[in-house]
Amino acid sequence: MAEQIIFYIIATIIVFSTIMAVTTQKIIRSATFLLFVLLGTAGLYLLLDYHFLMAVQIAVYAGGVMVLFIFAILLTHEPGVDVKFEKPGRIFIAAVAALAGLGICGHIIFYNVNKFYTYVTQSEFQMQDIGMAMMGTDKYQYLLPFEAISVLLLACIIGGIMIARKR
Amino acid sequence: MGRLEGRIINIMGDFITSFLSGPVPIEAYLAVSTIMFFAGVYGFLSRKNMLMVLVSVELMLNAADLNFVVFNRYLYPGQLEGFFFTLFAIGIAAAETAIAIAIIINIYRHVKSIYIDENITKMKN
Repeated sequence: MAEQIIFYIIATIIVFSTIMAVTTQKIIRSATFLLFVLLGTAGLYLLLDYHFLMAVQIAVYAGGVMVLFIFAILLTHEPGVDVKFEKPGRIFIAAVAALAGLGICGHIIFYNVNKFYTYVTQSEFQMQDIGMAMMGTDKYQYLLPFEAISVLLLACIIGGIMIARKR
Repeated sequence: MGRLEGRIINIMGDFITSFLSGPVPIEAYLAVSTIMFFAGVYGFLSRKNMLMVLVSVELMLNAADLNFVVFNRYLYPGQLEGFFFTLFAIGIAAAETAIAIAIIINIYRHVKSIYIDENITKMKN
């Protein structure tokens, strides 16, 4: 009961913020609404009993990525100036494409999804399980993608410095 | 009159308690992530500002992550595949955003504008 009420509150916040994020005029407001969407998603992860994922979402997205966005916005925009839009024809085509996709996916979800699952309550994952699954090379263990991510992050650091430095 | 009102209140109360009892249905989560994804599609197609396009890409990535987690929790409880996919997807999305913002700041330094129009095409050299 309480879980459901909390879910519907968070879902309302997410839907409102995500629509405002793509339709508002000022770019800094768009970034702020994106922050609310990311925090609401972290709340949904918490509601689904994935506490570690909530911490990662807040630390990486709401912390790191949003700071990058706000730095980039303040470096490249005059404060208080509206952003330019596409031509109205392009906006109309974009809206039609989005609504068509929303209709198709909504139809599929509404008529087909409720047939194949039963809800099982589970106890919270221990951090030990997550750590064991991340640091092993057996089946259902994920050391190789972990190392690949570390190499990717190193490449991104070097690439970001090379691209953005002054010549 | 009092009886009618009492009956209406009873029916509404039954409706609300039956609507709110049990677990959250999976369709509710999927509806949230679908709206998030297609709002991202709309923003991606209708904006000319590169940072706005990047915001829309973040929305779409976030919707995909939410879908992975929800399907893992509802269809395969006790396993961790979707969990780890989302964990790595968050890391990759952060890296991708950092590179994209570096490129955008570089473009701004060259042409003093970050709108997707004609002057982006002469970015060589």
